[in-house]
Amino acid sequence: MKAFRSVTSTAVVLDRPDVDTDQIIPKQFLKRIERSGFGEFLFFDWRKDPEFELNHQRGKILIAGRNFGCGSSREHAPWALEDYGFEAIVAPSYGDIFRQNSLKIGLLPVELPADQVRDLMERARAGAELTVDLEARTAGGHPFVLDDFSRECLLEGLDEIGLTLREEAAIAAYEQSHA
Amino acid sequence: MGRTLFEKVWDSHVVTHGEGRPDLLYVDLHLVHEVTSPQAFEGLRLAGRKVRRPDLTVATMDHNVATGDDTPADPLSQQQLDALATNCAEFGVPLHATGSGREGIVHVIGPELGLTQPGMTIVCGDSHTSTHGAFGALAFGIGTSEVEHVLATQALSQRPARTLRIFFEGERAPGVTAKDLVLAAIGEIGVDGGVGHVIEYAGPAIEALSMEGRHEVCNMSIEAGARAGMIAPDETTFAYLRERGVEIDERWRDLPSDPDAVFDREVVIDVATVTPQVTWGTNPGMVASIDDVVPEPADEAAERALVYMGLEAGTPIREITVDRVFIGSCTNSRIEDLRAAAAVVQGRHVHPSVRAMVVPGSARVKVQAEAEGLDQVFTAAGFEWRRAGCSMCLGMNPDVLAPGERCASTSNRNFEGRQGAGGRTHLVSPEVAAATALEGHFAVPA
Repeated sequence: MKAFRSVTSTAVVLDRPDVDTDQIIPKQFLKRIERSGFGEFLFFDWRKDPEFELNHQRGKILIAGRNFGCGSSREHAPWALEDYGFEAIVAPSYGDIFRQNSLKIGLLPVELPADQVRDLMERARAGAELTVDLEARTAGGHPFVLDDFSRECLLEGLDEIGLTLREEAAIAAYEQSHA
Repeated sequence: MGRTLFEKVWDSHVVTHGEGRPDLLYVDLHLVHEVTSPQAFEGLRLAGRKVRRPDLTVATMDHNVATGDDTPADPLSQQQLDALATNCAEFGVPLHATGSGREGIVHVIGPELGLTQPGMTIVCGDSHTSTHGAFGALAFGIGTSEVEHVLATQALSQRPARTLRIFFEGERAPGVTAKDLVLAAIGEIGVDGGVGHVIEYAGPAIEALSMEGRHEVCNMSIEAGARAGMIAPDETTFAYLRERGVEIDERWRDLPSDPDAVFDREVVIDVATVTPQVTWGTNPGMVASIDDVVPEPADEAAERALVYMGLEAGTPIREITVDRVFIGSCTNSRIEDLRAAAAVVQGRHVHPSVRAMVVPGSARVKVQAEAEGLDQVFTAAGFEWRRAGCSMCLGMNPDVLAPGERCASTSNRNFEGRQGAGGRTHLVSPEVAAATALEGHFAVPA
């Protein structure tokens, strides 16, 4: 997994609640068997609208509304966001599976209270650069919560499967006692 | 203190309690389909890893399958289906391929083949894995990185979810289905009402449901944002399992939540007030009674939804006309769903302005329906009778809506473009879908 420490950038503001993963990457692009190249199809249908936020804002940070990434479990959604150039997302809440998928690929999903997300949206709209710092666990100066294990995996870019394979003896013992 | 059903299943699957890391949870059954697995198998290959327990892994083909008799899958779909066959052969994973007679939607075949059992942990790279919670299993959707993790280790690092009990008090009125119960519950708590939670559905109206009805309810848990939904196993569960040759494990009787178990949150639904439901917007929480009108938009998201759906506030739901009707998907494609829809359309005909299709959830459901003559009922009424697959639930195959087409659908998601770019989806029960096909506008069975 790609390591993440911090990012400083302008931000894209997508102020809508309940953005589902079908919008982030529509179904016709899930037929690819590769892991890369999804960025050009990010928000494929919404980008047809010239007013759509992504068509006139730039940045490596996406600031979104509550329940971002709800719906389908497709990891293609974080793959597309990451491939497009986003390194971190800030939102009041996430679809559980999307959040988990993002953590697994080194795309940091920061969760902040709605009023703090609102503050960052206003600063981003004014063109300010924001810093999301995983070591300090802050986004635009607001402290955020992320468990130590996920943080460690992201900071070091750890291969979680490799970590679990070290528990082989425990897994085998579990299997034996439940056979 | 007593434990909940979720806590009992969780506790009995912990391989290691994390010191500074989440619990490592053992996975009893890993279901695999063609869309979310190719990159996971490729990851194993690149790292020189193998599938730890191919005997606890089962694959099927569903999302990309063309359901028309003569329609081939498009070349990209075919490539993905072929990749699954190659990967399963290389890694020794059993595959129910198209044409095997055991294939179908992954959440239909698991229960049907007797693989889904109470107290299990079940994962699949698909958010509707929550369906299997109907048996009192802890079943949830995962992404491709986690699919690879489970293939390699048969375990998953997880943090326990919070618990939410939705208690359905009272009895269903005639004509109210399991789909209506779960849509009403989502309307009540919202599409993010279950985020971070595992839902347990309980109460007399849940206990009264058939296994098929329980599948429907648990299936839609993810549409409330919940990771999983569960229903305590009981005699209904055991009878269903016995019919599929599964021996009843007496320990399953200890799974239901203890009377003094405490849930992090509780919601009560008064079932007597629930009526047939129809969604009017672009997420499953935007839902109303079929007797209502399209509501005044309460916020920007609702305004946007009405524009996308081409609807005006104040329009009676029953006056909305449809172009298409789809009966199928992992929510409503089981034999009981098809029987219910067939009973509505028996001896009648689909409205001339509607194109309607029925897509059985599995090859076995199709065979059984044909043995009961349901296919004849549907085709005589003007429905298309198709082969098993996910079909128009998500339009990864040739079954899609054209832009602007409006569809009454028994599936689970009315997201923008879900059934085809520009398509407009209204979620309903099989009974309402069938009646709507006959009338050309939203209707309940006569």
